[in-house]
Amino acid sequence: MRSTTARKRAGSNAPIISLEHVSKAYSAGAPALNDVNLHINKGEFVFIVGDSGSGKSTLIKLLLRELLPSSGRIVVNGTDVVKLRRRQIPKFRRNLGVVFQDFRLLKDRNVYENVAFAQRIVQKPAREIRKNVPSILSTVGLAGKYKARPKQLSGGEQQRVALARALVNKPQILLADEPTGNLDPKNSWEIMNLLEKINNNGTTVLVVTHNREIVNDMQKRVVTMKKGVIVSDEEKGGYIDED
Amino acid sequence: MRINTLFYCIVQGLKNIFRNKWFTLASVATISACLFLFGLFYSILSNFEHMVKNAEQRVAVTALLDLGVSDERVGEIKAMILNRAEVKEVNYFSAEETWVKFAEENDFGDISIFTENPLEDCAHFDIYLNDVSMQSDLVTFLESVDGVRKVNQSALTARVLTGVNSIISYVSIGIILILFLVSIFLISNTVTIGIQVRKEEIQIMKYIGATDFFARAPFVIEGIIIGFIGSLVPLVAIYFLYNEAMIYVAGSYSFMAALIQFLPVQEVFRTLLPICIGIGVGIGFIGSYTTVRKHLSV
Repeated sequence: MRSTTARKRAGSNAPIISLEHVSKAYSAGAPALNDVNLHINKGEFVFIVGDSGSGKSTLIKLLLRELLPSSGRIVVNGTDVVKLRRRQIPKFRRNLGVVFQDFRLLKDRNVYENVAFAQRIVQKPAREIRKNVPSILSTVGLAGKYKARPKQLSGGEQQRVALARALVNKPQILLADEPTGNLDPKNSWEIMNLLEKINNNGTTVLVVTHNREIVNDMQKRVVTMKKGVIVSDEEKGGYIDED
Repeated sequence: MRINTLFYCIVQGLKNIFRNKWFTLASVATISACLFLFGLFYSILSNFEHMVKNAEQRVAVTALLDLGVSDERVGEIKAMILNRAEVKEVNYFSAEETWVKFAEENDFGDISIFTENPLEDCAHFDIYLNDVSMQSDLVTFLESVDGVRKVNQSALTARVLTGVNSIISYVSIGIILILFLVSIFLISNTVTIGIQVRKEEIQIMKYIGATDFFARAPFVIEGIIIGFIGSLVPLVAIYFLYNEAMIYVAGSYSFMAALIQFLPVQEVFRTLLPICIGIGVGIGFIGSYTTVRKHLSV
C-alpha cells in the first residue's frame, strides 16, 4: 500500500476546500472517515477514488453539510461548515453545484423548468432566468431539448441537465458524486469533457468516481481513499489497484 | 421574500394538484368520504336534538290560583315567574277564559245555559320552560308562592325528555368525536403517503439550496386546496340530500308532522360549514406541513 500523502498544497490562495483532522463515525462499527486531512485549491480538478465503504460518499455528504463530522474542521468556500446554523445551510449550498449518479431531476418538470428551478431558489428575476437558462442549456448541448421531460432523455442527456442545473448559478465548486455511474462509455466521456471544460473556466471540480479508465486517462489530481483514510494523493495520479 | 417567489410557490402548489392527479383524487375522495359521514351524523343528531328540544318546550307546568285572587296579584305572580331563567313563556288564563276554552275543546255548544262557571277556581298560568330538567325547581318555587293553590306537572314526561336529551347529547359527542378522529387519521394518512412518495423531490430542492419555506410552500398550498375541495364535495352533497330527505319524510310521515320538525338546512350549515371546511383545510395544512418537515433535514 502506498503511504498517505494528504498534504496542504501551496498556492496563491487559501484552499477553497479544507478538511483538517476530520473523522466521522456512525452509531456502530468502524468510523467512515478517520482523521482525514485534505486541501483543495481554487480551480483544481480532483478525483476522489476508492472502493465501496472507503468513505467517499461520507466525504461528499460532509462537504454538502448533509452530515456533521464527529470531529475536525471543514471549511468550504471560506465557510466553517461545522459552525453553520440550520437556516444558513440553503444559502451555503447555493454556492455549490452538485451532481449525482442518479441525476435527481424533478421528473414532472421539463428540462427548462429543472434548470430554472435552481435560479428560482436564489430568487433571480424572471427576466434573468429567461436569459440564463437557455444559455447554460446551450453550454451542455441541450438547447433544442428544453421542453423534454427527463424520461424522454437518455442517461447522458439527463446528466447534462443535472450539470446545467448545478452550474446555472455559477458556483465556485462543483461536487459530482459518481456522475458517470449510470452511463455508457461514450456518454461518460461526454460528461467528463464537460466537467473539464467547466473546470477550465475556473470552477473547482471534485469528482467521486469508480471509473478507472477515465481517472487514468485524464491525468488529474487523484485522492485515493480506503476504509475512511486517504491512502494516496497524487498530482497527476491514476487509479490505484487494490492489493 | 420577493413577491414573485411567493407567487411561484402558489402556482407550483396549484400545478402539483394536476401533476399528481391520482394522489389528488385519492386525497379528495378520502377527505370527502370522512367529512360526508361526519356531516351526515351531525345533521341527523342535531335534528334529533332539535326535535327533543321542541317536545320539551311543549311540556307546560300549570299553576292554579286561589279563588278570587286580585288582578294586581296575578300581575305580580306573572312577573315573578317570568323573572326565572328556566322559564320561556307564561300565559295567564282567567277562570272565564278557562271555562270557555274547556267548553270549546269538549264541544259543549252553547254555554250560556250555565248560570255559574263550574271552573270558577281554575284561573291559572301555563308555564313553558327553556330547560325541562329544571321543572322540579320551578314547581318547588311555585308551590311557595302566595296565591298559588296547586301546581300540575308532568314529572314523567319531563324525566323521559331529560333522559332522551342527555342520551342524544352523549351519543352525539361520542359519534362525532369518533368520526372526527377517524377523519383526521385517514386524511392525514393519505396526505402523508402522498408526500412520502415525493420525498425525493423535497430532497432535491434542499440539495440545491432551497429554504425550508421554498421546499414546503407548494406542498402546503396543495394540501390546503385538496382539503378545501375535499370538504366542499360532501357539503354540497349533504345540502341537496338534506332537502330531499326533508321533502321525503314530510310526505311519507305526515301524520307525525307535529313531532318531526326538521332544522332548516341553513341552521345546520351555520355550524357544519365552518367545521367541515376547518377540518379539511386544517388537516390539509397540518398534514402536509408536518410530513414535509420530516424530509427537510437533508
